[in-house]
Amino acid sequence: MDKKNVRGFLEFVYDFYKSMKAHEITLVYEGEITHQITKAFTSLTESNMAKEEESNSVQKKVFHVMVECLQNISKHADSFGSDDFLFAGRGIFMVSKGDSEYHVTTGNVIENTKIDELSKILDYINTLDKEGLKQLYKTQMREGRLSEKGGAGLGFIDIARKTGRKLEYHFLPIDEESHFFILTSTISRNE
Amino acid sequence: METIKIMGTDDTPTVILDAENEIFEISGRSLPEDVTAFYDPILGWLDEYASSPNKKTVFTFKLVYFNTASSKLLLDILMKLEQMHESGNDILIRWYYPEDDEDMQEAGEEYADIVDVPFEQVGYTLS
Repeated sequence: MDKKNVRGFLEFVYDFYKSMKAHEITLVYEGEITHQITKAFTSLTESNMAKEEESNSVQKKVFHVMVECLQNISKHADSFGSDDFLFAGRGIFMVSKGDSEYHVTTGNVIENTKIDELSKILDYINTLDKEGLKQLYKTQMREGRLSEKGGAGLGFIDIARKTGRKLEYHFLPIDEESHFFILTSTISRNE
Repeated sequence: METIKIMGTDDTPTVILDAENEIFEISGRSLPEDVTAFYDPILGWLDEYASSPNKKTVFTFKLVYFNTASSKLLLDILMKLEQMHESGNDILIRWYYPEDDEDMQEAGEEYADIVDVPFEQVGYTLS
């Protein structure tokens, strides 16, 4: 890097840091989501929450939501030029902590052809109340089959149940073939 | 019949299937990297056990956490026990949950709703 580039880079690092602070982000990662990564992130967050004496029930909820979000990416995320399997299972993963809530956010590339089906599932889950979600979970557990990658189609339902909120998601256009799928789950710190 | 003894880790449960000593137990945390690979031997063992089970089988679940993929495989185990019950065997499920963990208690209730097999819920306090 020449001097000008170094300067630009340092400014970027500092801006990035400030931006993380402003959004109260405690963990951010971009890359392949492996089982090792899942274990590392969950145990890191667990020990942070324990240190801060977060209630058991909040700790458990955050743990549940993190695991399901991470597994969603590792099992379903597409990639740019998705023929290249090396790039599948990647995405961005963030945890932020505010005064009253935790947010777990994931973002990953999804092919346009899969958007309809995904939005249908998410919208359907969002029409259900507590009892409806419970019934759907039971039905899906009984009748659903494990996919090749070990997905049971239960993750989103579980996230909705554990957070007690609607699934909050968006699709941002990337190019003609794909969108960026963002899902934010909120866990209240006050029971 | 061979026994299965798997020591638990931070992502896989402890599993003891010992017909001779009448211990049938799954406990701890379950979020294995490959759920199918982890639970297949357990389901296979139960198939074999079902052909000549003990007079009475008390199967203990004492889990503190399981992910959604595991929940499906736990149901597969319970359904095998249900089949054994339907064939006239004496089966009892004991579902342990930490007293302060409503979700784990509810998970037990849900399984009890799905499978038709004697099901006992037992709350305990972590000491």
